[in-house]
Amino acid sequence: MTYILSALGLAALAVLPMLFGDYGTGMLVGLAGYVTLATSWAMFSGPTRYISLATVAFFGVGAYTVAVLNEVLPYPLVLLAAAGIGATMALLVGLSTLRLAGIYFVIFTFGLAELVRQLITWFEVNVTGTLGRYIFLDLEAKHIYWQLLALGAATLALSAWIRRSRLGLALRVIGDDETVAAHSGINLARTKLVLFVASSTIITLVGAIQAPRWVYVEPSIVFNPTVSFLTVIMALLGGATRLWGPLFGAVPLFLLFEWLSARFPDHFSILLGLMFMAVVYALPDGVLAALEKFRRKGNGNSATKPAKEANA
Amino acid sequence: MFLSTLFLGLVLGGTYALLALGLSLQYGIARIMNLAYGEFMLLACFAVTMMFTSWGLGPLWGLLVVVPLGYALGWIIHTVMMRPLIKRSGGGGRLEVDTILATFGLLFVVQGLMLVTFGSDFTSYSYLDRGIGILGTTIAANRLIAFVVSLVIGFGLYAVLIRTRWGRALRAVALAPGSAYLVGIDVNKLGRQGFALGGALAAAGGALVSMFQTFSATDGVVFTMKALIVVIMGGVGNILGALIAGLLLGLAETFVAAFIDPGLTMAATYTMFLAVLLWRPTGLFGKAGG
Amino acid sequence: MSVLLETQGLTKRFGGLTAVNGVSLTVKRGEVLGLLGPNGSGKTTLMNLISGALKSSEGALLINGKDMTGAPPHRIAKSGVARTFQLVKILPSLTLEENVMVPAAFGPDRLWGKALKAQVAECLAMVGLNARAGQQASELTYIDQKRLELARALASAPKLLLLDEWLAGLNPTELHEGIRLIRELEQTGITIIMVEHIMDAVRALCPRCAVMNSGTLIADGPTDQVLSDPHVVAAYLGEEDA
Repeated sequence: MTYILSALGLAALAVLPMLFGDYGTGMLVGLAGYVTLATSWAMFSGPTRYISLATVAFFGVGAYTVAVLNEVLPYPLVLLAAAGIGATMALLVGLSTLRLAGIYFVIFTFGLAELVRQLITWFEVNVTGTLGRYIFLDLEAKHIYWQLLALGAATLALSAWIRRSRLGLALRVIGDDETVAAHSGINLARTKLVLFVASSTIITLVGAIQAPRWVYVEPSIVFNPTVSFLTVIMALLGGATRLWGPLFGAVPLFLLFEWLSARFPDHFSILLGLMFMAVVYALPDGVLAALEKFRRKGNGNSATKPAKEANA
Repeated sequence: MFLSTLFLGLVLGGTYALLALGLSLQYGIARIMNLAYGEFMLLACFAVTMMFTSWGLGPLWGLLVVVPLGYALGWIIHTVMMRPLIKRSGGGGRLEVDTILATFGLLFVVQGLMLVTFGSDFTSYSYLDRGIGILGTTIAANRLIAFVVSLVIGFGLYAVLIRTRWGRALRAVALAPGSAYLVGIDVNKLGRQGFALGGALAAAGGALVSMFQTFSATDGVVFTMKALIVVIMGGVGNILGALIAGLLLGLAETFVAAFIDPGLTMAATYTMFLAVLLWRPTGLFGKAGG
Repeated sequence: MSVLLETQGLTKRFGGLTAVNGVSLTVKRGEVLGLLGPNGSGKTTLMNLISGALKSSEGALLINGKDMTGAPPHRIAKSGVARTFQLVKILPSLTLEENVMVPAAFGPDRLWGKALKAQVAECLAMVGLNARAGQQASELTYIDQKRLELARALASAPKLLLLDEWLAGLNPTELHEGIRLIRELEQTGITIIMVEHIMDAVRALCPRCAVMNSGTLIADGPTDQVLSDPHVVAAYLGEEDA
């Protein structure tokens, strides 16, 4: 039953570009992109509570791989190469950083995105001599949308599967208490690494698939840190520990930001900042959790407050 | 060439050290990683610039104005924004993620306000922009003044923390937040004071940087990153460590710019940062200290 | 009875401090060993060395005849060692059922599906929490958290159970109940090492005792004998005098 509903839903989403014009399809591309980014981000960061700001590092590497290889290799191979590069990079980053705790991981991932951008800029200017690159691929907006839709559906399916698997349980335990996790037989390093690589590879693919939309690509475009920030805030707004949370955060926020940035282009970062604060102060567990609490209260059951942890 | 690069690096590094001191105090004493730190600095940059260009008030006088304002702003932000989060977490692990996200929000709001008010252009003013010959090399007077003032503030703060009762209490909170209250220290009050003191130092750093560097409303993140690099290299809460790490960062940047490629300055900064994080996450000079 | 755990000259140094100094200890299958000693004598450090939370500076650790020296905690857990913590550690955001599920799913038997459900139900029933399986662990009282922690430790069907002051902080009624619980466990033939300060509990539960003082093992033998050993008495009195 679930499968049939999912297939129907997916089919309905797939015909949307026929109903909307070019502008609408462009919006759909952005929407599908951010839903996928937020969902794959939450796959790793939700349960482990490792706030990663490296989203745009992988996203940009995906886009750049397409920019560099689009005239050399056939398109499917370009995507495969992007996924391979993203996975390798995630493996290296994961092996070296996943033992860093909390704040250091946040800062490391932010620094990583900047470092990659700087290095590619320097390489392009000094070695290849051109800063920008062109992507000439015979892909329309709707083709890109369909690819993203497929990737997004696959990401959700993977997330759902992980949640029901041993891996999902391991991740939730790690999020609660790493010591207990290790003493229960969970291999912390391997569990985190597997998830980080999976999540990062999907993010790289989103960048690769979206790249042809730009036609002209340069580091400052594809390594825009706003992508990382938006991904984080979308996932957290919806609820990063829930399967559908990131989607419920990404859709309204994307539309809101599209509308706001068209109307108040200068106030974008103020709004983004207020959004972050709203999530922290008003919706600490996301919209879905808040709705659930509200509903439980309506039914007369008192919503229980989580007790504070015994030890910090 | 070598000597002048060395000199320039040291002078730049002195300012970086001061920048980092405030962040180090905020994280060390108040246990809050303030990602909007660079925005605080930029506010001071703009304030000092305005006072100089509109009223003719010299940046050193401007410094005296913005430092108390920085303290007040830090105090207010701690009371209004951070205290509720600290209360809510009840000492749990949630606080870290919450404060990161909240100060992130603050970063964007302040940056946005500055963009709307001042635009996105680079700003600068000319103050004592003439060379002074030292040891056969020439260095701009404004950079030299900034360096000297940084050192005075840095060592002054060090003396306060080591010698005074208040300084010892602050260090006690930094070293053992869980047990400082046992000896009658009001951890909340000192956390707030530490955060406010960090705000004052951010303002001082901003005022000094504005004397010799152009800046724009979106530069805050770069300042925060540089301060963070220095804090992490020096060790959180370690003031002498921050001074040495600041000097090292200044030297590394000027030497890469002078002898390798100016385009790689930022990359060198980040590489150094990532390397330190991986190699010695507790800092080059150990963990504890004052 | 075959040997389950053997430490050979296990040593742990923190900087200049030697917390555990050349401890050699042999525990046979089915034994219940009380580990005693004044505060700071290295008992918990020894437990951490055995469970893999800490890596030894010197010496060897053999579990079930296999060399486990320097093995990470998850490997030691997989070899059949389970533990509780001095400061009780539950997984607050998980339900009771999920808490207990964890070691069963990742431990030596890697249970999943029906077998996992059955094991979890059995362990929760053993500590009397089966009626509250779906409740969030953060809602439990202290004694129930301790119960849950024990149920979780048992869920992997461990060969060796390490209890670090599991009875500490309980009121007399709860203590009585706790002793009864551990005695029930003993009947199942499980091997237990328990760090304990409550002498009545030690006398009631442990036929054999080992005593540590400033990192070294100063006595090891039948409980009555050990507790009347002048060295042991001196170690405890010495602490009280200081």
